[in-house]
Amino acid sequence: MLDTRLSEEQEQLRKTVEAFAREVVAPVAAHHDATKTFPYDVVRQMGQMGLFGLPFPEQYGGMGGDYFALCLALEELGRVDQSVAITLEAGVSLGAMPVFRFGTEEQKQEWLPMLCSGEALGAFGLTEAGGGSDAGATRTTAKLDGGQWVINGSKAFITNSGTDITKLVTVTAVTGERSDSRKEISSILVPVPAKGFTAEPSYNKVGWHASDTHPLSFDDVRVPEENLLGVRGRGYANFLHILDEGRIAISALSTGAAQGCVDESVKYAKQREAFGKPIGQNQAIAFKIAEMEARAHVARCTYYDAAARMLVGQPFKKHAAIAKLVSSNAAMDNARDATQIHGGYGFMNEYPVARHYRDSKILEIGEGTSEVQKMLIARELGL
Amino acid sequence: MQSAYGGRRTSMNIVVLVKQVPDTWAERKLKADDKTLDRASVDVVMNEIDEYAVEEALKLKEAAGGEASVTILTMGPDRAVETIRKALSMGADKAVHLSDEALAGSDAIQTSYAIAKVLDTLEYDLVICGSEATDSRMSVMAALLAERTGKPQLSGARKVTVDGGNVKIERQTDNGYDVVEAPLPAILSVVEKINEPRYPSFKGIMAAKSKPLTTLTTADAGIEADKVGLANAPSQVVEFSNKPPRQAGQIVKDEGDGGAKVADFLASQKII
Repeated sequence: MLDTRLSEEQEQLRKTVEAFAREVVAPVAAHHDATKTFPYDVVRQMGQMGLFGLPFPEQYGGMGGDYFALCLALEELGRVDQSVAITLEAGVSLGAMPVFRFGTEEQKQEWLPMLCSGEALGAFGLTEAGGGSDAGATRTTAKLDGGQWVINGSKAFITNSGTDITKLVTVTAVTGERSDSRKEISSILVPVPAKGFTAEPSYNKVGWHASDTHPLSFDDVRVPEENLLGVRGRGYANFLHILDEGRIAISALSTGAAQGCVDESVKYAKQREAFGKPIGQNQAIAFKIAEMEARAHVARCTYYDAAARMLVGQPFKKHAAIAKLVSSNAAMDNARDATQIHGGYGFMNEYPVARHYRDSKILEIGEGTSEVQKMLIARELGL
Repeated sequence: MQSAYGGRRTSMNIVVLVKQVPDTWAERKLKADDKTLDRASVDVVMNEIDEYAVEEALKLKEAAGGEASVTILTMGPDRAVETIRKALSMGADKAVHLSDEALAGSDAIQTSYAIAKVLDTLEYDLVICGSEATDSRMSVMAALLAERTGKPQLSGARKVTVDGGNVKIERQTDNGYDVVEAPLPAILSVVEKINEPRYPSFKGIMAAKSKPLTTLTTADAGIEADKVGLANAPSQVVEFSNKPPRQAGQIVKDEGDGGAKVADFLASQKII
C-alpha cells in the first residue's frame, strides 16, 4: 500500500533538525543575512550532529542514512534559513557525493571523513560564465604534464568554494577531444588552497546572503594525475547523474521555503490585528494561507515520491524534474503571498518572509531552471 | 577528570531519571474529573532539564574513557517510550521503563517509592536527575530518593567531577556556588548551567532502536500496588482554578524622578 508517512526514525530525525533549526539557526539567520557572513558556528554544529554525513556509510565517517534523510534535514533547515540549507545541500550533493559515487577507495578514504564531519567543505566547479544549463560548453582545460594535470580557466557561481573551511574543489575541465571531435570532459579533484587557484570576491546576490558563492580562477594549477575523479571523459555524464538527485534535494529545500512562509504567515495572521480582530479571521487572509499550505504539501509529496523511486532504484528523472519544478514554484508563490500578508513589514529585510522572498527566486534557477525541468519532463513524454 | 575509581572497579554505572512532560510551550490543563494533568491532549517532550542530566551522564562516561554505562530510568505511560528513545539516541546505553496503570496519578512521594524500588534492582554508582520537572515543579525527587535509598544527596549541581570513589559538585546558590562532595553511590540533581545538551545524530537515532529497553510492571519491581496511584496518594488535589488573566502593568510617569521610581519598583519586586 502506498504510504507517505515517515518511519519512527525519520520522524525523530525530522524533529531533531526542526528543534536545531528553531533553537540554533533561526536566532542568527537575520544577522548573517544582513551582514552577508558565513555562519561558521552553525555549520560546525551541523557537522557535530552528523548532517553532512547523513547519506554516507559509516566506514567513511557518515551516518549510514540515505538521500531521503538528507532531504528531510534540508526541508527543516530550509523552513528557517535557506542559506544554511543550501550550504548543507551543496556540501553533501556537490562536495562529497561525487567523491563517494565516482572516487577510488583512496580518494574516498582521503576526503569523505573530513567532508562528512563538516570540518571541511567541498565545492563542485561546473558552471562557467559562458554556460549555465549548457554545461557541455566547458572552456576550462586540464592538460597532462609530467604526471600532473595543469588546469587553466574559470568557473562561476560556485557554492561553498571560498570559505575558511573549503578544502576541496572538484572541477570539470576539457581534457582532450573525443573521436567524434566533441570535447572530452573530465572531473578533477583540486585540494585547496592551491598555487594558482583563486576564489574571487563573493558575488553581490539578491538572496542566499549567508551562503558562500564565488567565481573561481585557475591559473596553471597543478595537481597529481591520480586526482582524476572517475573515468576520463565521463566528467559531464557523471555530473548529470549528480544533478538528477540534486534536484530532489533542491525540491526538499524549496518545500522548506514554502512551509516556512506558511509558518510565518500563520503566526502573523493570528497576532496582527486590524479593525479590532486578528487579520487571520478575514477569509481574504485565511484562504491565501490555506492555499499556501496546500502548495507546501503538494511540494512535499513530489519530493517524497521522487526520493522513494530513486531509493528503490526505479527511474526517477521525470519525477525529480516534476518535484523541482512544482516545489520551486510553490516557494516563490508562497514567498510572494507571505510578503503580501505581512504588508509593509513584509518589505522590511529583517522579517523572515522578506528573506524568503529574496531567497526563493534562485530556486527557479539553480540546479536546472524551471525551463530545463519542463524540457526534461517533455522529453520523457516523447516530445 | 581522572578516570573513575582508580582501578578499583572497571566501570561506573550511571542511572539518569528522565520524565516525559507536556510541551513546555503548550497550554497545560488539569482534567476536571480526577484533577490530574491532561497528558493526552498535548504534545509531549522530554523534561528540559532532564536533557542536561542525560548530557552530563554522557560527559562523565566520555571523561571516564567510555568506561561507564548510562541507563535511562523513566516512569510513565506507554507513550513515554518516545522520550526514552530520545535519551538513547543522544547516546545512553540502555533503558528501564516502569509502566503500569496502577501508577497513574501517583504523587511525588509515591513516585519516589516506585523509583527507589526500581533502583534497588539496578547496580548504580550515580543517579542523576534534573532539578525539577516543568509539569509538577516539585523539585524534590533527588531529596526523596536520597532519603529512601540512604544515599547522599548532592543537589543543584552546575559542575560535576568524579574522582576515585568520590563525586564532587559545584552547587549553584543565589550568590555563587558551594563545593560539596560525597562518596559514591550518590544521588545528584543538575541545573541548566551545567552543560549544553547535544542534538541526537542520525546514527544515534538509528542505534537507539536496538538498545536494550526493559519494561517493568509494578509487580516486576516489587512495588506494592496499594502504595501507588491516585486513590492511595498521600496528597490530593482538592480544588484548582485557572490562572487569573494578566493584570495591566504599572506605568511610571517620569516627572524628573522616573529613574528613581523604576529603581524603587524593581527593588520592591526584589529584582534588584
